[in-house]
Amino acid sequence: MSDAGTMTYREACKQAIRDALTADPKCFLMGEDVGRYGGCYAVTKGLIEEFGEERIRDTPLSESAFVGAGIGAALAGMRPIVEIMTVNFSLLALDQIVNNAATIPHMSGGQFAVPLVIRMATGGGRRVAAQHSHSLEGWYAHIPGLRILAPAFVEDARWMLAAALKDPNPVLIFEHVMLYNMEAALDPAIKEVDIDHARLRRDGRDVTLISYGNGLFKALAAADLLAAEDISAEVVDLRVLRPLDTATILASVAKTRRVVIVDEGWKSGSLSAEIGMRIAEDGFFDLDAPLRRVCGREVPMPYAPHLEDAALPQPDDIAAAARGLVRGT
Amino acid sequence: MNTRVRLDREHLHHLLRQMIRIRHFEAKCVELYQAQKILGFLHLYDGEEAVSVGIMEALGPEDAIVATYREHGQAIARGVGMDRLMAEMLGKAEGCCRGRGGSMHIFDRATRFYGGNAIVGGGLPLAIGIALGDKMQGKNALTACFFGEGAVEEGEFHESMNLAEVWKLPVLFVCENNLYSMGMAVERAESETDIARKAAAYRMPGVAVDGMDVVAVEIAARDAVERIRAGGGPQFIECRTYRFRAHSMFDAQAYRPREEIETWRRKGPIARFEGWMRESGFAREEEVARIESEADAEIDAAVAFAEAGTLEPVAELERFVTMDEVPS
Repeated sequence: MSDAGTMTYREACKQAIRDALTADPKCFLMGEDVGRYGGCYAVTKGLIEEFGEERIRDTPLSESAFVGAGIGAALAGMRPIVEIMTVNFSLLALDQIVNNAATIPHMSGGQFAVPLVIRMATGGGRRVAAQHSHSLEGWYAHIPGLRILAPAFVEDARWMLAAALKDPNPVLIFEHVMLYNMEAALDPAIKEVDIDHARLRRDGRDVTLISYGNGLFKALAAADLLAAEDISAEVVDLRVLRPLDTATILASVAKTRRVVIVDEGWKSGSLSAEIGMRIAEDGFFDLDAPLRRVCGREVPMPYAPHLEDAALPQPDDIAAAARGLVRGT
Repeated sequence: MNTRVRLDREHLHHLLRQMIRIRHFEAKCVELYQAQKILGFLHLYDGEEAVSVGIMEALGPEDAIVATYREHGQAIARGVGMDRLMAEMLGKAEGCCRGRGGSMHIFDRATRFYGGNAIVGGGLPLAIGIALGDKMQGKNALTACFFGEGAVEEGEFHESMNLAEVWKLPVLFVCENNLYSMGMAVERAESETDIARKAAAYRMPGVAVDGMDVVAVEIAARDAVERIRAGGGPQFIECRTYRFRAHSMFDAQAYRPREEIETWRRKGPIARFEGWMRESGFAREEEVARIESEADAEIDAAVAFAEAGTLEPVAELERFVTMDEVPS
């Protein structure tokens, strides 16, 4: 925490880990370069000195083995936090996440739970091209048995982990790479957050912008642009991608009657499609305009800055989509 | 050689009984499969019984097991009750997994039996994690991880062997090498077919044993377990064995000659062990007959239990997709 009472998203993630390891001797962290290196994004810097090599465990580059080891350790009574450096590398551990973590409780008839938290960085915007810029959290949100969290605000980065560790089920936390340096003041009175509900981050009356992660801040920027044109945009922060808080979404839709879904992930077969369809199923008669989406363009992420910017949703794109719904243009 | 293997009458009878229980249980499963009471896949352990029976003898109740999808034998040898096992095969609520797992996914909390894993190689990372969890909690337990030689071809084998050795985890890796991963012959799939040698690449002690000889397997297992409990880190045993039947219930077995199957059958773990016991005066014919009839009675009771079982209500379909608490 800085003198001004603010904290970065990165520091919030670290404090959350520190709290977790302090509170529960069965909690430990493992992943690539989390220890001596201090974490690829410096989230875990200094923790190995504080907690030692047993509890801040550097792993070989074996995503499937160390994610599976996290599942096994959870089965054996521990409360592991596994860090996968980025979502891109999590594809090497898909078998363990999808075939084991998500299935064992049900497949065993409830004999075993998998109280495991997996954290990973996600998202584009850092000029690191196609293999380091995926936004695949929507894929994981497809899988029954998993809870998927996407903290956007520093407050969520600070407190979601504790809630995730209380969940007896596997929880995946997606930390957006563009947010680690973001600073915000934290309300000292808040010491916990729920991991069930979406939240309104801006109140509005004309159109609802639904997003999560870094897309949320683009939606908020778009809301500022729209406000200058006297269009009042409501902004919903999903926070929890699975299970989706459909009630909060529908309540906002019923109020504004227009929706733009903003998702940095690709449009086809996406989380944005799921949200849109839920609104179509249960909020259709509340709508005054067609559903709209602003998603990542369907290309492998390019390196060149102007191309990457064009591939990701931007505030102007979101404002244009919302304006079109409100003005009928 | 480990001297704790008791070659006395009682122990030898126990080993024979365990193998016969597995063989006869699966013979009944075939009948029930043909009667369409067992559905889906049914991977028989026929021919490989000595592996599970020998390994389990070296384990204690505190130890954990991670098994494959060919795990009826592993489960029975571990002590999973035949009644709950058979009820699971019949998809009943009284089954060990309440009908959600079936033949390939037997789980049993009471015996620390962590599944029936049907993704080849997928159980290895789990096993090292269970061993890690036990070790971090100061428990003197080890995890026995069963897998076939096909799993050795998977990346998860390499990752798990390496990590287990780097972290000196109490894992007993048990490779059931039955020479074929489905239809793929080991010599067509692996550059080094001497699988036990692969352990050396990880600086892990590895041995190959005759997987058709239950006593040889037990001796190797006790030796390995002793080294693990003494803090020697993970150990690797390759059990050279053979499955007498098709990969799953039906395949044309075009990938292997009939004579090969017959040759292996003559080396079968039960026939050979039973023959040796008779010749050596450890078992009389009527004693073997009694073991068989007792096994059959146990199996009949298990089938009756399973047949009398109930169906999980469809309203419970989504139960356990997420858990309300961690079972203790």
